[in-house]
Amino acid sequence: MIVELGAFALALGLALSIAQAGVLAFARVRRSPGLAGAGEGMALGAFLAIAVAFATLVWAFVVSDFSVANVAENSHTAKPLLYRVAGAWGSHEGSILLWCLALTGFGAAVAGLGRGLPAGLKATALATQGVLGTVFLAYTAFASNPFARLATPPVEGRSLNPLLQDPALAFHPPLLYAGYVGLSIVFSFAVAALIEGRVDAAWARWVRPWTLAAWSLLTLGITLGAFWAYYELGWGGWWFWDPVENASFMPWLVATALLHSAIVTEKRGALPGWTVFLALAAFSFSMLGAFLVRSGVLTSVHAFAVDPERGVLLLIILGVTAGAGFALFAWRAPSLTPGGLFAPVSRESALVLNNILLAAATATVLLGTLYPLIREAMTGEAISVGPPYFNLTFTPLMAVLLLLLPAGPLLAWKRGDALGAAQRLWAAAGLALLVGVAVFAVVSPKKAFGAAGMALGAWLIAGAVAELVERGRAFRVPAAETARRLVRLPRGAWGMTLAHIGLGIFVLGACFETGWKAESAQAVPLGGQVSVGGYHLTLEDVEAVEGPNYDAERGRLVATKGDRLVCRPAPERRLYLPGGQTTSEVAICHEGLSHLYVVLGERREAAGASTWLVRAYWNPLALLIFLGPAVMALGGAISLSDRRLRLGVARKAEAGA
Amino acid sequence: MRKLLAILAAVFCMAAASDPAERLPDPAQEARARELFKEVRCLVCQNESIDDSDAPLAADLRRIVRERVAAGEEDAAIKRFLTDRYGEFVLLRPAFSFGNLALWLAPLLVLLGGVGLLLARLRNRSPEAELTAAEAKRLKALSGE
Repeated sequence: MIVELGAFALALGLALSIAQAGVLAFARVRRSPGLAGAGEGMALGAFLAIAVAFATLVWAFVVSDFSVANVAENSHTAKPLLYRVAGAWGSHEGSILLWCLALTGFGAAVAGLGRGLPAGLKATALATQGVLGTVFLAYTAFASNPFARLATPPVEGRSLNPLLQDPALAFHPPLLYAGYVGLSIVFSFAVAALIEGRVDAAWARWVRPWTLAAWSLLTLGITLGAFWAYYELGWGGWWFWDPVENASFMPWLVATALLHSAIVTEKRGALPGWTVFLALAAFSFSMLGAFLVRSGVLTSVHAFAVDPERGVLLLIILGVTAGAGFALFAWRAPSLTPGGLFAPVSRESALVLNNILLAAATATVLLGTLYPLIREAMTGEAISVGPPYFNLTFTPLMAVLLLLLPAGPLLAWKRGDALGAAQRLWAAAGLALLVGVAVFAVVSPKKAFGAAGMALGAWLIAGAVAELVERGRAFRVPAAETARRLVRLPRGAWGMTLAHIGLGIFVLGACFETGWKAESAQAVPLGGQVSVGGYHLTLEDVEAVEGPNYDAERGRLVATKGDRLVCRPAPERRLYLPGGQTTSEVAICHEGLSHLYVVLGERREAAGASTWLVRAYWNPLALLIFLGPAVMALGGAISLSDRRLRLGVARKAEAGA
Repeated sequence: MRKLLAILAAVFCMAAASDPAERLPDPAQEARARELFKEVRCLVCQNESIDDSDAPLAADLRRIVRERVAAGEEDAAIKRFLTDRYGEFVLLRPAFSFGNLALWLAPLLVLLGGVGLLLARLRNRSPEAELTAAEAKRLKALSGE
């Protein structure tokens, strides 16, 4: 009965979305505040309805109602509660419903929070959001119904992939989807701006917080996914350039470009067309990502819910929605007035360079992901595009971007002073050089690329600090005055600095870990030893463990360095009973920012004695890889809390201009 | 669903290349083999190199590569042997060939196109020297400083 309530709420949400689109479009044409209010109410109503539908699905998973096909297929009574809840978005149907929840949620947020928005822009944007909601809810209701019943319910569910039974992965999809779909509202704002024919500072100011929110969530979502891969897949890798990772990375790259171009449009009225283009592209890449992941068109490690027929439908939705957006752009963009002029050396130029490099990087990732498909379709020859390709194309582009980055915030708008920026950065450059040389000289074995990467990371962090020094006029005015100036800095400025520092932290971690990780594997009997990176691991015991839905062998090891006891890792090798799959639970010892990473492999019988394959990895500074993006997302959040981005302030600033 | 599980079981396997039973006695040769593994695809896996996969076919490919490294063959010759046998699909780094021209050059074209557009714009319309008083005031109001 409760499940039928969910199905009803889903249908109601669809009806309200259709009404939202229709009523708001009509309200815009008639310029009727009353109708617009009604339309906004429908946006809120659609969100509430989908929230009820989603809650119902979660409930069905929690109580293991196997008469629901989706639950029977993707759950099991032996699964712990958290993973039964997470199972609600583990399947195709559930994840699309989550997508719809976020889509209607962002629409409702604009309806509820956007009080200061110009009436025309708001009505058009919400009508567009209503159209998006209609498309995706119709797909959910007619092609991917999560509430479909089974005539003969099974006694037990068919479980979910045990690899997905993990806290990081339970929260990875909601964050990622909130980020993906947060870009839908930016798309709607772009469509509205094109219809209204106005892309100005006020518009950019409205778009920026939504982009920031989506970008921060996306950053966290991707990081959580990478973290999961790091400790769950069992070989210490955290980024594989897998098509599905790329699918989430492309919207991130475009959203990053958009964040920066929107600043130019807001502050200087320049690049309106390009900013609108990016706003359309960001959500188009989100939809492309959903299509790639959910259709299984690319064979990939992540193809958990593969369904080619629905894939075609998703491709049509992607084609029609993005196609309509870009067609509107082609039609209306030429009429946008190009704004402020700027000199070759200026903040604007720096931000444009940032956008060019990010666009080229996105093109690299897009081509690398789709090229095998295109080539196979055109010539029938199969090729592979793997990590070596991206290391040769993406990495140099990013290196140039990171090299230029610290100069950007130090250049003035319109006409900057290159020499002045260089003078303010010489200390940072010296420090970065020192770090590079020191790493090259001290760390063994010598690796030029790794050392250059470390210098680059230090350059980013020192550059961001140099920018703070400049803003606070440190060393030129009394310390108290500097402190006063820094405290009074807008939160947006702090957010930017933090995000850039976070990027530097990530670069430090990624380069050091990639360059200097060490690996060792031995088949050892009880009492045997494996050594890696100066650490000695002794396998003391292997015991049998019985989990809620698995049986496991757990190794008991002792890690020592010299005379010091470092930790007692206890990695497991699990056999999940319902599906018969084996997974490894990695044991990670934290040594400061570095990780000693221990995996228990299979048991081997040789000459009457048992040995176990023990793999140990020394991953130096690995924690920074995940800490960096977290700091970036924190920067986004702090920026978001800036008073100037808060609702209503934009208008006053405009009025005062 | 069962098929899917079987695929997943094959896919999610641990890094196998470090298996002590397979290793070459010479550390330098072993290191070279490991570098090569990262560029060779495990053909039956989904997007994994033979360095990462423990599928039986990946083990076979590792054995072939190790034997050829031990026999003193050049990297290029080993790759040629693999592509002759399994096609271009086996290499994770696509060859720089006519068919892959777009793949390798497009990022560069986007970069050059973007920089070209920027330069064209800067040349056509160069601004007056400084911010005008009105612009400065507006910026100040917007920046909240």
